[in-house]
Amino acid sequence: MDFSYSDEQRMLKDMVDRVVADQYGFEQREKIIKSDAGYSPEVWSQFAELGLLAVPFSEAAGGFDGGGAELMVVAEGFGRGLVVEPYLSSVVLAGTFFDAALDDDTKAEALEPIIGGEQRYALACYEPAGRYDAHWIETTAKKDGDGYVLNGKKAVVLGGDSADRLLVIARTSGDNPSASGLSAFIVEGDADGVSREGYTTFDGHRAAEITLDNVKVGADALVGEEGSAAKPLQHALDRGIVAMCAEATGAMEMACDLTLDYIKERKQFGVPIGSFQALQHRMVDMRISLEKVRSMTLWAACSLDAPEAERRQRLAAAKYMVGKAGRHVAEEAIQLFGGMGMMDESSISHYAKRIVLIDHYLGDRNYHLDRLIDQLTEESAAA
Amino acid sequence: MDIQYNEAELAFRDEVRAFVAEKLPKSISDKVKSSEHVSPEDMITWQRALYEKGWLAINWPEEHGGPGWSPIQKHIFEEETAEAGAPRILPFGLNMVAPVIIKFGTQEQKDYYLPRILKSEDWWAQGYSEPGAGSDLAGLKCRAERDGDHYIVNGQKTWTTLGQHANMIFVLVRTDTTVKKQEGISFLLVDMENTPGVTVRPLITLDGAHEVNEVFFDNVKVPVENLVGEENKGWTCAKYLLTFERTGIAGVGISKAALEHLKQIARTEKAEGKPLIEHPRVAERLVELELELMAVEMTNLRVVSAAEAGGVPGAESSFLKIMGTEVRQKISDLYRELAGPYALPFPDEDVVEDAIGPEFSGSAATTYFNLRKLSIFGGSNEIQKNIISKAILGL
Repeated sequence: MDFSYSDEQRMLKDMVDRVVADQYGFEQREKIIKSDAGYSPEVWSQFAELGLLAVPFSEAAGGFDGGGAELMVVAEGFGRGLVVEPYLSSVVLAGTFFDAALDDDTKAEALEPIIGGEQRYALACYEPAGRYDAHWIETTAKKDGDGYVLNGKKAVVLGGDSADRLLVIARTSGDNPSASGLSAFIVEGDADGVSREGYTTFDGHRAAEITLDNVKVGADALVGEEGSAAKPLQHALDRGIVAMCAEATGAMEMACDLTLDYIKERKQFGVPIGSFQALQHRMVDMRISLEKVRSMTLWAACSLDAPEAERRQRLAAAKYMVGKAGRHVAEEAIQLFGGMGMMDESSISHYAKRIVLIDHYLGDRNYHLDRLIDQLTEESAAA
Repeated sequence: MDIQYNEAELAFRDEVRAFVAEKLPKSISDKVKSSEHVSPEDMITWQRALYEKGWLAINWPEEHGGPGWSPIQKHIFEEETAEAGAPRILPFGLNMVAPVIIKFGTQEQKDYYLPRILKSEDWWAQGYSEPGAGSDLAGLKCRAERDGDHYIVNGQKTWTTLGQHANMIFVLVRTDTTVKKQEGISFLLVDMENTPGVTVRPLITLDGAHEVNEVFFDNVKVPVENLVGEENKGWTCAKYLLTFERTGIAGVGISKAALEHLKQIARTEKAEGKPLIEHPRVAERLVELELELMAVEMTNLRVVSAAEAGGVPGAESSFLKIMGTEVRQKISDLYRELAGPYALPFPDEDVVEDAIGPEFSGSAATTYFNLRKLSIFGGSNEIQKNIISKAILGL
């Protein structure tokens, strides 16, 4: 058993930390968020050059064969810097889908533009009525000659506002919300019939509501086997969860560090407020929450290849813990900062927002608690 | 022991309900109930309606325009109007500077300022907190130096709620730097609009709102007539306000309205094919919040009833502040959760007016983040706990 980083992992961490420190200072980030694009094409190219976009993919796919641990290292660094580049949407979610759905002969070609940073994808899976259920797919893909016609609506598509291409999950068969009968299609972002209502999210990212109105695609738009998208989709969402938990860990770490610095410096009644035992204990409680999340994230990251039951449990448990402990740290950080914690011009408020809102992606803590309860019930029934 | 309202109190409650039904425009109460922003014009509309009825200055003595209500009547009025979605009455003029002027001011000050407050002709802001003086308010540094028949004021105030709409500000200033800090403070009234040297700078909060400001004083000449009470006795005015009529501080009516709104959302909004309220975890949270709110409500009634019997609530209002703010924050937390993925779109004006997701989702995250302020302002909950520890527990 060895929890320390390997040399390569440490180098990867240093590289991410360096580029984030150089390119993602608070003001730089504000500018990027306010820009038309909502991310920085310059920084994105740098990520590509450094090989960051290749980290999670198998060697056959043209990647560095990074596992959960490597993904965690990168995402944690992004969390510390509150990076808003489309790493999760393009590389982790869409990219993993390709890596999982295609065989070794074809995946490298599909992934090349993603890894090279030339093309950004957005995974358009969730729907307005489905909330956090990834199998709630009312979007249909009906056979149309050799190709298909897609109709439906996708909700809060991360990176969907400006992605070059969408990876759309649509139902080719089966009854909603069955996992079987789901298929994935590549759709050009500006294809006929695609309309996108883009917006900024509360935590500085971009997303879109996407409507598909008789969108025609060719047979080559299908990714993987018709009706069998559920399994590669699960791989993509699992990796997404690891990445988000790791981002939360990084953000929570910064929130704790910033809060600690603040209470050491801020004087009221003639003394630093950090000298008050009540606040010291609360600061410690924040650290305990951080350590819990760090531990659960690590466990989840190292469970991506574990047997199904364990993998399901650890991913749900980590995401749940991030929701619960993350909110605790975010709220305490704001409270201990006092009025400054409420200010948009304080970085702590941005950390607090990101930490809390991570719970709204890929299933909130209630959703994952329900999944864990389902698992417990299944196991009890089988026993 | 009798925990029910008596007949007269019930009749009064009906009277308040009838007035609200008639005079509170639905366009305003709808906004309040769905946690949307209420405009300054909306607030003044409501204040004027109350003024015409004689129900605006509920905490003032009758001789100055108060309706002469008992603590229980005031409580009923606050709860009923809040539950009906009435906008919050800005406390700075009516419940802060006015009581101080009534208790410590000159006849000229009473004759001039009080009618203007009643008629909503002046919009008051509170100049208390400074970057270096939050919880330690007595550590304030904003300086006022006597120069003939003026004070020259220099310094900075922060966290000035709605200061961008204000034309008047009451300021705690330091008039003596040589004595113990509480003993060198004065209470000064400043005409923001007509006095050179006053600058208001917006402070944007994490929810994107412009609710608070910084106010800078640069050699501002304030007439000596604008001093309230004695020079260097301003801290007495500030302390007086801490226990003045704070029985409404728990905001039970506001929380009840918010919880009712959540229940409506849970009944009508669907997820995965069924109404949110049918999801066990949602129902559980709603019930738990209701229980907690009941505990706050009854505690509030006990304090109000003691005031009715002639007691003066002191540190009890600290309990109410802590309990009331915590439950309100928890309600806003569930509100955010209920919005699910649609809590994410960030509010530029368009989003809240016309939400990306279901209508209620537009203000879900805004409300949650904005209300983090409740445990920070008005005397932070930590300070309230210190007050209870000292004054009630003797620690």
